[in-house]
Amino acid sequence: MGLLEVAGPVMVGPSSSHTLGALKIARFVYKLMGIPQEVTFVLHGSFALTYKGHGTDRALLAGIVGLKPDDTRVKDAFNIAQSQGLKFSIEISDLGDVHPNTVLVKAKRGAIYNEVRGSSIGGGAIKINQINGVDCDLSGEFPTLVILNKDLPGALRGILECITYNIANVYLRRVNALEGLALTIIELDSNVDDETLERLRANKYVLEIYNVKSEEGEDVGVQ
Amino acid sequence: MVFSDLLTIWRNTGLEFSEIILAQEMMETGRDPVIVKQALKRLMMVMLEEAERNFGKSFETLTGLTGKNASKMYMSKPRVLSEFNWVATVTALSMAESNAAMGRIVACPTAGSCGVMPGMLYALKSVEKANDEDLLRAFVVASGVGNVVAKKATLSGAAGGCQAEIGTATAMAAALMTYYFSQNPEAVGHASALALKSLMGLVCDPVGGFVEVPCVKRNASAVNVAIACAEMALAGIESAIPFDEVVEAMYHVGRSLPESLRETGLGGIAATRTAQKLVESIHKNLNSGSET
Repeated sequence: MGLLEVAGPVMVGPSSSHTLGALKIARFVYKLMGIPQEVTFVLHGSFALTYKGHGTDRALLAGIVGLKPDDTRVKDAFNIAQSQGLKFSIEISDLGDVHPNTVLVKAKRGAIYNEVRGSSIGGGAIKINQINGVDCDLSGEFPTLVILNKDLPGALRGILECITYNIANVYLRRVNALEGLALTIIELDSNVDDETLERLRANKYVLEIYNVKSEEGEDVGVQ
Repeated sequence: MVFSDLLTIWRNTGLEFSEIILAQEMMETGRDPVIVKQALKRLMMVMLEEAERNFGKSFETLTGLTGKNASKMYMSKPRVLSEFNWVATVTALSMAESNAAMGRIVACPTAGSCGVMPGMLYALKSVEKANDEDLLRAFVVASGVGNVVAKKATLSGAAGGCQAEIGTATAMAAALMTYYFSQNPEAVGHASALALKSLMGLVCDPVGGFVEVPCVKRNASAVNVAIACAEMALAGIESAIPFDEVVEAMYHVGRSLPESLRETGLGGIAATRTAQKLVESIHKNLNSGSET
């Protein structure tokens, strides 16, 4: 935390944990896969109890269609989502032993389907703690590569050899033993260039790749 | 960031205090002071823009618990408040109600306390005709005061009660006004300490957990506390307890508050009979209303 986090950020109200944090979690999913055709937000705990009075539902919809946290159209998110043809629903459920402000986002576009679980941990900070069943601990502030790859010996080495950037964290888990699939989540210190992405796409172990970029202004720690 | 360290550097060097704070920030975070100053300026300008745009308006908030207070204050001619206090009060109400209506705000330091700093800034700008450069230096100083609290204690109502949110906002606003008029860092420390002491122990008890009651009106009264504390410090009144120690005390008080008084909506005024009735009717309205 520094001066800018104390004196800011600019956001749409009313609550940093229930509005801003919720928007950021949904926006992570938007950055992962673009605007989905169908989305379900499963709300847990305090999110489930107070979401209407905090505009959490609008914030989630705003995030999933790609609005930024300080966009004054956040409150019109229902209309914007409808005009985009987005089918959306809100469900209430007990997601288990997770932070009180947690949402599970189930998003579908064509053949692509992703499930992302995130928690709003206070002051607008978030943790993405599960992607497609793989536990992780992402702040959403770093560029992140989410890679579905073949679960074969040498796969991780093959993937990492394509990346010349400084790697902050790596999460890896077998997601389907029968089909031999694993999911690799890599948090980096900087956005990767197109060349790296091409190298990864051409890699024999890589099946699908999602590039969650960090944008100018999101990273206030300008170095 | 420790306030007494900042004061020591200032006494030893005599440098402009806002520059000392920006340099200290660079030591702590590695961020370029020029870029930080620009980013802070943007935050300040957003607050001033939104204050001007929303001044005295009425708002449709999410729960309907608030929304007409800024316009009522705007329509009412003050009996004893000065024009400065009145403008600060109307602005604080306007921004807090705009926040409850999903308007654009600056969480300075939090969304729940987002009315206090714009109240002070906009009063200085519109009543005192402050220029942006002087205002920015004072705003940097105020941000430094907020950062002292963030580093030593907490800014979160859930962790430390309302004293951590509106208490800090009030200390920041008192620092802003004091620095603007005196450029005296020692007086800034006293004003901040006086303000935080005034709100020591303040609990976070939002009705239904929503950022409306008592948050909106508390922003408005807090900016007047900030003005009073800044006036005292400008008059040469000193806080017997230095700011850093007041911050530590605030943190200990926050930690000893029961959970019901830390943003759970279970204690304080949130636990009153009337509050419970209000919450029932809010839930009924929200659930019967259409999604749009």
